[in-house]
Amino acid sequence: MTIAFPKPDEAVLGRRKEIIEGLGRLLPPEALIVSEDERRAFETDGLTAYRRIPLAVALPSTTEEVSAIMRFCHEHGVKVVPRGAGTSLSGGAIPQEDAIVLGVSKMNRVLDVDFAGRTARVQAGITNLGISQAVAHEGFFYAPDPSSQLACTIAGNIAMNSGGAHCLKYGVTTNNLLGVTMVLLDGTVVEIGGEHLDSSGYDLLGLICGSEGQLGVVTEAVVRILRAAEGARPALFGFERVEDAGACVAAIIAAGIIPVALEYMDKPAIQICEAFAHAGYPLDVEAMLIVEVEGSDQEIDDMLRRIVAIAEPFKPKTMKVSQSEAESAAIWKGRKSAFGATGRVADYICMDGTIPTGQLPYVLRRIDEIVKSYGLGVANVFHAGDGNLHPLVMFNTNVPGEMEKAEKAGEDILKLCVEVGGCLTGEHGVGIEKRDLMTCQFNEADLAQQMRVRGVFDPRWLLNPAKVFPLEGRLAA
Amino acid sequence: MTHHLPRDEQEACAIIREASDKGTLLSLAGQNTKAEMGRPNQTDASISSTAMTGVTLYEPAEMVISVRSGTPLSDVVRTLAEKGQELPFEPMDYRPLLGTRGEPTIGAVAAMNISGPRRITAGAARDSLIGVRFVNGRGEAVKSGGRVMKNVTGLDLVKLMAGSWGTLGFLTEVTFKVLPKQERRATLVLRGLKDAQALEALSQALGSPYDVTGAAHIPARDRQGASTLIRLEGFSVSVDYRLGELRRLLKPFGGSTDILERGGADAVWQSIRDATVLKDGADRAIWRVSTAPTKGAEFAKFIAQSLDAQWFYDWGGGLIWISVPLAEDAGASVLREATRTFGGHATLVRAPAEIRSAVDVFEPQADALMTLAKGIKAAFDPKGILNPGRMYAGV
Repeated sequence: MTIAFPKPDEAVLGRRKEIIEGLGRLLPPEALIVSEDERRAFETDGLTAYRRIPLAVALPSTTEEVSAIMRFCHEHGVKVVPRGAGTSLSGGAIPQEDAIVLGVSKMNRVLDVDFAGRTARVQAGITNLGISQAVAHEGFFYAPDPSSQLACTIAGNIAMNSGGAHCLKYGVTTNNLLGVTMVLLDGTVVEIGGEHLDSSGYDLLGLICGSEGQLGVVTEAVVRILRAAEGARPALFGFERVEDAGACVAAIIAAGIIPVALEYMDKPAIQICEAFAHAGYPLDVEAMLIVEVEGSDQEIDDMLRRIVAIAEPFKPKTMKVSQSEAESAAIWKGRKSAFGATGRVADYICMDGTIPTGQLPYVLRRIDEIVKSYGLGVANVFHAGDGNLHPLVMFNTNVPGEMEKAEKAGEDILKLCVEVGGCLTGEHGVGIEKRDLMTCQFNEADLAQQMRVRGVFDPRWLLNPAKVFPLEGRLAA
Repeated sequence: MTHHLPRDEQEACAIIREASDKGTLLSLAGQNTKAEMGRPNQTDASISSTAMTGVTLYEPAEMVISVRSGTPLSDVVRTLAEKGQELPFEPMDYRPLLGTRGEPTIGAVAAMNISGPRRITAGAARDSLIGVRFVNGRGEAVKSGGRVMKNVTGLDLVKLMAGSWGTLGFLTEVTFKVLPKQERRATLVLRGLKDAQALEALSQALGSPYDVTGAAHIPARDRQGASTLIRLEGFSVSVDYRLGELRRLLKPFGGSTDILERGGADAVWQSIRDATVLKDGADRAIWRVSTAPTKGAEFAKFIAQSLDAQWFYDWGGGLIWISVPLAEDAGASVLREATRTFGGHATLVRAPAEIRSAVDVFEPQADALMTLAKGIKAAFDPKGILNPGRMYAGV
């Protein structure tokens, strides 16, 4: 475990009793968690290798309560770690000992749905799937669909600018958010955007998306809701060479087709997933593509016919167009269980770099070399349309030193992603996990500009301060 | 007045660093086709991107293009068209409205977040803008984002640059996500609907599964009847299918329907995109309003109660272009009352400089947001030398 946390501020730890009393005056008793046992439930998030027990946990129910807590922390110099459902894979919600956790999970109601205007106003603690469920009876849905959508909150999605498997067509959080109510550090409540497109003034909504809880706490959001397509159906292609799969993706796009999903799996990923899900994946190929298209039955048939014709010159060894709901479900079950199925055969860390899609064959070859040089294995799943690569670096926790090796291999892989023109993180966020790699992607001036903007909102580094920016060389405003 | 024409980013850094040292106020420009928009400001010198042109990266298979900021938009459009692709957000051309000459640059498209009818489903320019390089007010070259479309690494300064009207930095290179051009586009036209009815029809179309990529309503004017336009794009068989389904869906709205294709349809959508539908002479002011589509009809009605207004709707009713007489404040107080009542924001797109100096061109911001805007301005441009006051006083 190689990621450092800042040393807790002894003065703040020493004032714990008085801080808790202060917060106690602002919140009903059940909204303030102080006992060590209960605080432990908040010590980590989806990056479970790292844990810190917070000073206290506040679970407010209203924007006013959030405002009061923020003002108190601002006045008393107490750090605040905002939290949605705690599903971050990059450690974005991991607390620190001298900080309080401010969780928005109790604020989980739908406030208003306007089907004619295609918007929904929700409290920020609602789950991602909760929004889709609230509008499903009219055939609508909320488009970004991170794989944690059952649990993760829209507050967390905004903080991380979350994506999902369907963002090639529908975009990520920043493309689907119209407005927020946000509480600034000094307790000021601001309304940004609304039910209309393109907010006025500087694009603060765009800035907030992906700011990882460092600019304020979002308590309400207005999101776009979309009418779902009439249907969707995947096809599956297996290739003997990685290059052929990559070229096939390029040819599909060159033909003017934007599938709703375009997923790539390499041989180890295929084998792990097939053993788990019995999805009917071909075991004798090096690479597999899942291509899904949407529309009416007739449109889907037409589109899949075109895709099959495009794929043929690349000599796919397997070609299977789903013929039924059950077959579609099986094809997706395999892909969607990639992380879980890998977890059954090994411990793993999941990387999240993005690469220019044309670099895929080279990058996969290099990843293989990197991982082998540490004596480890890797399975790769890849959102092939948008270049977001998820190498799962496998190791055994019980072998001393293997986790550190996996972390090192992961670091090398992310550096490789940047080297070929990509980035450190496509959808999981920087958090603590990639914080110290930021200097690979950004130079001093780039980072200084980001920190100066951050400083406008939080000059004293009280909001989620251990994250995103390297601990050395921090600027205020 | 000195006009700087840097040939590359390094020269731009040197010019801006010197301006910062001396406190020289700079106007930022491309080819000045939109110089008559925004708040008029007084500057000591100008810096233009026009000597910085050319595509630096274009990967059709990855649907991404990087371009130096001074490149004419028309060059970008042509380069993409050669590979059967286009900018998803259909940027409008302000020249007909403003009566200006010259070639709009791609940098301005990013800096002013310029979109068109397809914005309703494909997102605005800011949604396709995935990377920028710019020079901040300190004269430092800064990058944000990159050339890959899924990227959450660090604060998204790309979005801040989009729509900041050159007040935060001088863009030197912009990278856009692009899309394949569709095989066919066709427009279903409903005739003779009143505003409220028409917007309801557009809402139903946009709320259908039929992937509408344009939804506009042009009210009756002079001897021309009202037309409500719904555009579909895609493979031909799919367009046919969806046209049929939409016709069925919208039958209850009555009236005659027909289908426009090719040249005729393209001309109509261009006139919607460029707001030339208004057909008004330069003796009238033009406002651009973004509001909730369900409030569009009421918004326009409210304006028409106090002003001699002409208008039409895009974005399913959420974008209203309004022309009003230039008299007094060019309708500013009425427009501002309407945005307070119905929500959204209004921008005075065309009016003489005296009026643009006297009234708020952009929607006034709440105090707390204005404080943030000033802080952000200072974080990029501490001496306030870049396009000072172009959007708001003090920014």
